[in-house]
Order: sequence, then C-alpha cells, then structure tokens
Amino acid sequence: MELVLSIGIGIMTGSGVWLILRPRTYQVIIGLSLLSYAVNLFIFAVGGVKSNAAPLLEEGVDISTMTDPVPHALVLTAIVIGFATTALFLVVLLAARGLTGTDHVDGREQPK
Amino acid sequence: MTLVLLVCLPFAGSLAATILLRTDSRVLAARMSGAVAFVSLVLTAALYPAVRDGGRVRLDLEWLPQLGLNVTLRMDGFAWLFAMLITGIGCLIVLYARYYMSEEDPVPRFFSFLLAFMGSMLGIVLSGNVILLSVFWELTSIFSFLLISYWHNNAAARDGARMALTITGIGGFCLLAGLLVLGHIVGSYDLDVVLSSGDQIKAHPLYLTALVLILIGALTKSAQVPFHFWLPNAMAAPTPVSAYLHSATMVKAGVFLLVRLWPALSGTYEWFMLVGIAGVSTLILGAYFAMFQQDLKGLLAYSTISHLGLITTLLSLGSPVAAVAAIFHMMNHATFKASLFMAAGIIDHETGTRDMRRLSGLFKYLPITGTLAMVASAAMAGVPLLNGFISKEMFFAEAVETHADSVLDRMLPYVATLAGAFSVAYSLRFIHMVFFGPEPTDLPKPKPHEPPHWMRFPIEFLVLACLVVGIIPSLSIGPFLHSAVVSVLGTRTPEYSLAVWHGINTPLIMSMIALIGGAALYAVLKDYLARCDDGPPLFRHLGGQRIFERVLVTVSWKWARWLESRLSTRNLQPQLRLVAAAGLLAGVVPLYMAGFAPTPLVFGDIDPIFAAIWSIGAFCALGAAYQAKYHRLAALVLLGGAGITTCITFVWLSAPDLAITQLVVEIVTTVLLLLGLRWLPKRSEKVDNSVTLSARSRRFRDFLLAVSCGFGMFVFSYAIMNQPVPDAIASYFLEKAYTEGGGRNVVNVILVDFRGFDTMGEIAVLAIVALTVFALLRRFRPAPDSIEKPEQQLIQAAYDAERPERSAGDTVRDYLLVPSVIMQWMFPVIITFAIYLFLRGHDLPGGGFAGGVTMAIAFLLQYLGGGVRWSEDRLRILPLRWMGVGLLLAAITGMGAWAFGYPFLTSYSQYVEIPFIGKVPAATALFFDLGVFSLVVGATVLILIALAHQSIRMHRVRNLEAPKAEEA
Repeated sequence: MELVLSIGIGIMTGSGVWLILRPRTYQVIIGLSLLSYAVNLFIFAVGGVKSNAAPLLEEGVDISTMTDPVPHALVLTAIVIGFATTALFLVVLLAARGLTGTDHVDGREQPK
Repeated sequence: MTLVLLVCLPFAGSLAATILLRTDSRVLAARMSGAVAFVSLVLTAALYPAVRDGGRVRLDLEWLPQLGLNVTLRMDGFAWLFAMLITGIGCLIVLYARYYMSEEDPVPRFFSFLLAFMGSMLGIVLSGNVILLSVFWELTSIFSFLLISYWHNNAAARDGARMALTITGIGGFCLLAGLLVLGHIVGSYDLDVVLSSGDQIKAHPLYLTALVLILIGALTKSAQVPFHFWLPNAMAAPTPVSAYLHSATMVKAGVFLLVRLWPALSGTYEWFMLVGIAGVSTLILGAYFAMFQQDLKGLLAYSTISHLGLITTLLSLGSPVAAVAAIFHMMNHATFKASLFMAAGIIDHETGTRDMRRLSGLFKYLPITGTLAMVASAAMAGVPLLNGFISKEMFFAEAVETHADSVLDRMLPYVATLAGAFSVAYSLRFIHMVFFGPEPTDLPKPKPHEPPHWMRFPIEFLVLACLVVGIIPSLSIGPFLHSAVVSVLGTRTPEYSLAVWHGINTPLIMSMIALIGGAALYAVLKDYLARCDDGPPLFRHLGGQRIFERVLVTVSWKWARWLESRLSTRNLQPQLRLVAAAGLLAGVVPLYMAGFAPTPLVFGDIDPIFAAIWSIGAFCALGAAYQAKYHRLAALVLLGGAGITTCITFVWLSAPDLAITQLVVEIVTTVLLLLGLRWLPKRSEKVDNSVTLSARSRRFRDFLLAVSCGFGMFVFSYAIMNQPVPDAIASYFLEKAYTEGGGRNVVNVILVDFRGFDTMGEIAVLAIVALTVFALLRRFRPAPDSIEKPEQQLIQAAYDAERPERSAGDTVRDYLLVPSVIMQWMFPVIITFAIYLFLRGHDLPGGGFAGGVTMAIAFLLQYLGGGVRWSEDRLRILPLRWMGVGLLLAAITGMGAWAFGYPFLTSYSQYVEIPFIGKVPAATALFFDLGVFSLVVGATVLILIALAHQSIRMHRVRNLEAPKAEEA
C-alpha cells in the first residue's frame, strides 16, 4: 500500500516537474496540476494511510483507530484553491497568448 | 489619559482635515487646525503641576509585553517644555499659514500634514519606550517629506524632500538599530530603565556600537556636519513648514534625543570626541556658510545648522551646566528662528523674491516687520538684553572651562568666539541688506506693504518672548527650565544662574569681541557679498548635494542594474529550474545531514487492485507529460485519469470527503481547460523537429532534475508513511468534534467550526480569484489566428450549406441531441444531489465545498448541452450575487457570535424538534457552510461562464469587423 502510493507520488512529481520546465504554457498548466495531485497526496499521506477508518464519529467506534482528520481538512481546501489558481493561470495564459501572439512562457519565442 | 489624548488629537485632526479636502474654504481647515493645536497647548499646560520639580506622568498600555514592546507614554519636565514648544509654536504657525497659503493651494492637505507632523513630534517627546520613540521618529521623517514636497509641481521641492527623507530615513534606521542594541544591553526598552542604567551601558562592550548608531540617527535629524546638506535643500518647502520643522521642531528632535539619552550615554571620551567634533565643525562651518548665502531662507537654514551645532557642542562637554545651557538654547533658538523664518516669509510674500541681491531699503515699506526682524536678528547674534545673549554667554563660559583635556577642548574658546563673530556678521547682513540701503529697483512685486495684522501676530508674540526672557529670565522661563533640567539631570542638577549681568568676566569679553569683530567683518565683506554668487568661496563647488546625488545614482541605479544583469533573467524556465533545484536541495541536504537512511522496501502487503489502479495512474501521469506539447486534448484526458486515480486513492484510504471534492473539482477543471483549448495556437509535430544540441542538453538536464525530484519524493514519502503517526492534534479534534462542534464528520467540523477563520480566508481568496478571472476576460483579445471559427465548426457549416434540406447550425445541434436531453433531465436531479451533499455535510461526507461545486456542475451541464444562448434564454444565473451573498452570510454568521459575547466565528449547536421529522441536529456552523456553498457556486460558475462567453463575444467582434474589412 505505502509502496504503491509513494511510487505514484514520485511519478506524478517527476512528470509535473518535467512539465513545468517546458517552454509552452499549456505544458506548465498540466504540470502544475500534476504537481498539485502529488503534493495533496503527500500531505494526505502524512496523516497515516489506513483503510476503513474514515473520521466519521459513530457510536461504538474507538476514535483512536481513525485516521487523522487534519490533513484531510488541509487537502480539501487545497483542492478547491488549486482549481481557482488553475483557472487564474489559464486566463492569464490565454490573455498573454492574445497579447503576445505566442504561447511561449516568456511571451516571445526563444532566439534560436 | 491626557497623554493619549495629546498624542491622538493631532492625528485625529489630520484625518478630519483630509475630509475637508474637497471643500474650497481655506479658513475652515485653518480654524480646525488652530483649534486642535490650541487644545493641545492647553492640555499640555494643564499638566504642568504634575511635572514640576521632577514629577512625571506615565501611562502604560500593553502591546507586545513578551517582547518588551509597550505603548508607554511619559511626560517629565523636559518633555513638558518640548511639548509646550511644539504645541505653542504649532498654534502660531497655523495662524501664520492661514494668511500665508494662497487660494490656489490645496490648503486642507497642508494642514492635514502639519497636524500629523505635530502628532508625530509630540509622540517622540512623550514616548516612554525607545522603540515607540523610533516609530514616531520615522513618522516625523515621512510627514516632513510630505510637507517639503507640498508644492509637488516644483522639481526643487521634490528633490529636497527626497533628499531629506533619504538622509533622515537612513538615520532613523541606524537609530532603530542603535536603540535595539541599547535595549539589548539594558534588557528593557523602557526609557526609565534605560536612563537609570547609565553605568551599565557605558561599561558594556557594545556601548560604542550603540552610541555610533544612535548618534547617526540624532545627527542626521539635526542636520549636523557631514549630514547637514539636506536642510538648505529642504528650504523649497512653504515658509510655515520651514519655520515649524526646520527651526523649532524636527531638527530639534536630534538634539532632543541627545539630551534625553544624555544621562545614559554621555560623559565618556568617545561621546566627547564624536559629538564634539560633529558639533564644533557644524558650529563653525554652518556660521561660515550662512554668511555667504544669497537666499534669505538659505541664510537662516545655515544659521540653524550652526546653532544646532552649538547645542550639540554643549552636550558633548558632558558637564551638567552645559546641558542646562543646551536645553535653554534650544528654547531660545526656537523662538527667534521661527520668528525670523516667518519674517522672511512675509518679505517673500510681499516682494516676490528672497534673493538678497535684489532686496534693499524695505524698511520704508515694512517698518513693523522690519523692527521685529531686527530684534529677532539681534537675539540670533547674541546682543545683550535678548534671550540669545544669555544662552550664548553660558556657552562661552562652558567653552572656557576645561572638560576632557585635548586639542579640541583647548581650541573651543577660540572657535566659539569666531563662530559668534560670524553669526553677528550674518545677522547684520540679513538686516542691513534687506531693510536698509537704496530703494529696491527690480522687485517682482513693486509695491510691498505690511501684511494683515494677524499674519504678523506670531512674530510679535515670539519677539516679545525673546525680550521678556532676555530681560527677566529667572522670572519668566526660570521655573520651567528648572523642572526640565531636574527631570534630565536628577541629582546632578548644578547650581546655575540665569542673570543678565554677571559682572565683567571672560564670557562677556568674548561676547564683546564677537560683536565688534562680526560688525567689522561685515563692513569688510559688504561689497563682495552684495555681488558674489550663492555659496561660500572655496566650498561653492563642493556641494554636498552633488555628492549625495552621485552616491544615490551609483547605488540605486548602477549597482542595481549591474546586480540585475548578473543575477536575473527575463526567462521563466531558468527561474523555475532554480526553484525546482532549490526545492530538491532543501529536501535532500537536511536529510543527508541528519543521517537519513532510506526505509527498506516491503513488498509483502501490496493490494493487487490498488497496484493496478496506480499503474493506470502512473501511466496517465507519464502520458500527460509526454503528450502535453503536441496532443493537448490527449494530455487533458490523461490528466483526468491521474485525477481519478487520486480520487480513488482518497476513497481507499478513508478520506471520503476528499474523494467527493476531488471528483467534482476534477470535472470542473477538465471543463475549464477544455474551454481554454480553443484559444491556443495549432501545433503540429512536423513543424520543428530541428532539435539543436543545446536544446537537447537542456532537455536532458531537465529530465535528470525531474527524475531526481520524483525519486526524492518517492523515498521521502515512503519513509514518512512508514513512520508511526505521532499523536498530535488529531485526537483533540476527534474528541471535541461532536461535543463542541455538534457534528460527526470531523473534517467538516474542522473546516466550518474549529478552523472557520481559515475557511473564511479561503473563500475570500476564491472570490478574489473569480473576480480577477472575470476582469481579465472582459478585456480579453485573442491572438489573430484564433479569431476565426474553429476548423470543426467550419466543416459542419460547410456540410449544412451543401445540403438544401438543412439549415445552418443543424449539425452542431444534432451532434449533442441525446446527451443534451439527458443533461436537461438531470438538471433537477443534480441540484437535489448538491443540496443533499450540502445538508449531510456536518455528519457525513459532503459539505459546502462539494455541494457548491456540484451545484455549479448542474448549471454548467446546461451550458454544455444547450449552448450558451439557449441556456441563457432559459436560466438567469447571477454569479456575482451568489458570491456576495455567500461571503456576507459567512461573515455575518461569524459576527453573530459577538452578539452573545463569544469570539468571531464561535458556533453553537443543538438539536431542534421539527414536526413529522423529529430531532434534527442544527448548528450555526450550517449557516457558515451555506455561505461557503453559495460562494463556491458563484465563483465556479463565474469563472466558467466568463470563459464560455468568449466564443460568443468573438462571434460578435467578427460580425462587427467583417463589414469594415469589406469597405476597406
């Protein structure tokens, strides 16, 4: 379980870092989304990985067996904010493309 | 309490004056300011009984007691005397400015700055905490900047203001550092504690550091050599400002501080040398420069510098009698110099010039002003029976005494006499050149006449004070001066006498030499001075101003440019590369230093299904990375796959809330990016396959970096997951969620209750982002090659046009016929589901965020299925309203707690009996969550609709531009 998840996080991080270093804005936006998955999963995993131990209080369930709800709360807000920043970045990207005529991250093509 | 009022009143008045900014009346602002200044004066005067004979008033308000930072206000005799000076001269200046300022100037702004400055100055004087003092110190610099640059259309005013701010700002910074060192030595920032631990400070190894830093602060403020040059340049300010700031108050702040800290810092050899050299050189150079000025205010400015040098010199001596003389001279100088500045202002006002080469023979036109100016100049020159004489005598007497035996000390009597002679010469010159001599010939305003009486009143009052203090010192200023001296010197208060006549002694002879010598010097130089250029011979071209400008250009332009060209790049990629590399190092280095060993891998408990899901997820992530350049849609689909994997992981690992949110957000993100795809340029693989070697090596480097980051994250997260989870704050939330938050879903309770303030901030961010997106898109202009209809739409239109039985747009409609019918039917279902998610949020997975995004999806689907026009004909969504209501609801719910005496966002929960349903849990947090819900709906819909609208808008633009193109 831990092994699979951490390999997954590693692969997502690697793909994300690769993409944010590329010259096209669309690559960067996809890269940032991948990175945010990886980071969300990582923060989530810090609270411990357990199945069937959702932090929902019920009669007769011992709270010490539940997962840590704090990373959940953190990640939940991060997901929503992530959407907002992706939207903002997308619009800036489109506006920059409209103004400069290129989708290069520097607003102009790299001199060859 | 009076102290707080005293400090706050001018600031309140300043704010009130800005409200008057729109009015035309200059009288109103002046009257209000006058009232404020006068009330301050009365308040100060009323405190006198409390500070007489060493008493003090003190007020402590805790601010950051842990750091020793408190708002402590204290008033003793010395502070009282200064506060009287600030408020008293403040009153007179307001009266004078009422007549001086012209109709065209924005007068309320002037009074607003002036009052704020007065408040800052009172703050310095009354601070009982050295850090607070430094805060007010900076405020005086800022307001002085604003006042000097009041006529901001004038380049000289701007430059002078900038220079004053730069110099005093650097000084203020050094002062803060010095005071921090001082506080470190003493262990407290409280002024009383600092003052009482003089011996401890002087014995400390950091004494010299603190002393030098504090002296830089004080000497820059008081315009002492070598920092003096800002003061003459600040003369571009309106004359009331010069009279107030540059004679009576701001420049006195430096010497005020020297006196204030005199018990704590003075008496050492370092003090004597540093302060003494600065003081003596300022005394003599200021007086020398003053003689050769052609500008009336320039003369007065250099004379001020010289007199401040005199005070500094007195303080350097370290003897109590000298300190008495210093305090006394501060008061005397303020009275005669303020009146002289105001007189210069009247001359400028009436004749239109301040150039002494053009002024002459004005006595005939301005007899009263002339007489007053003569008395004040005589005080400046130190003529007997005037206040300047007494303090100057005390200075001469101290100069003769031996203090710390050195060349400086032995030189002092001669330097003092010489400076005295210079000051006689320039005072004489001021009077003789302006008021006597032939008729003026080339005045800009040919017929000067006496100003209104009330404009002259401040000068009359101050000159009267000069006379009274000069003739009967011990009866007028005596008791006040004594309480000031006692409060500074305490038990070291010396015996001193304020009498006018001490018999014929050395100081009197020195005075006589200075008077006669000065008059003779003027007689010799008179003809040269009437013609010469501005500025003293030899020093004329060595402008401190020019050196300052050059240093400024070098530091802030050349060095900055050089650093920028060396360290910065305008390309994003190298910057991101640095960020990624720094992130990698920041992770690896500390782990390596701490001797981190990777956790051994355990393959035993791998769940095959979980592994299969993640193999798909990994494939999607890698595929997205590979395809993002040429196949954007494929990359987007693959990104969605990675997102779904993440979502399933959340379900698998007991985070149902996250899973729901991730799922719905995934949907809107995908739609968002889909909408954006249309505006990106076409890119086909064939175009550029000419990969250069450098590009290849760059890619290889990025690949290595990406792989190392990914591998690092893998090792790191694997290690973390195999650590036992420490029992941090989780159990607290788990225990209290039901008993105090009234909810069973702990994650939701954390969001809307325990950490409600965070959530509040977060939804505010969401709202801001949505508005920014909206605003950016309103001005959106796509690139020229994206304005055309997309290729697919053109093909469809051509297909419709070919067949006579089809009308335009049929194909588009037919494409999504079945899905759009389903989407329409699903509309109420999804809304119900959204409400369900929201309502159950407090006890079961769901909540405002998930519900809100689901609701937004319901709207979104209608847009997707029916098109923008079709949906907007049938459905009016007002996203801005949703957002506003949401934010307000959340804030009001939070504030509701105040009504019951609880902190912001405290929630209350209980069970409510509803007929037919039974007991239902209800918490006020539900309303907060409703706010979150509403805001999330509004923000999401706003972003997506704004983007979707672009294609219609462009359609309209096309229609508008097509006829134009045809005409052309």
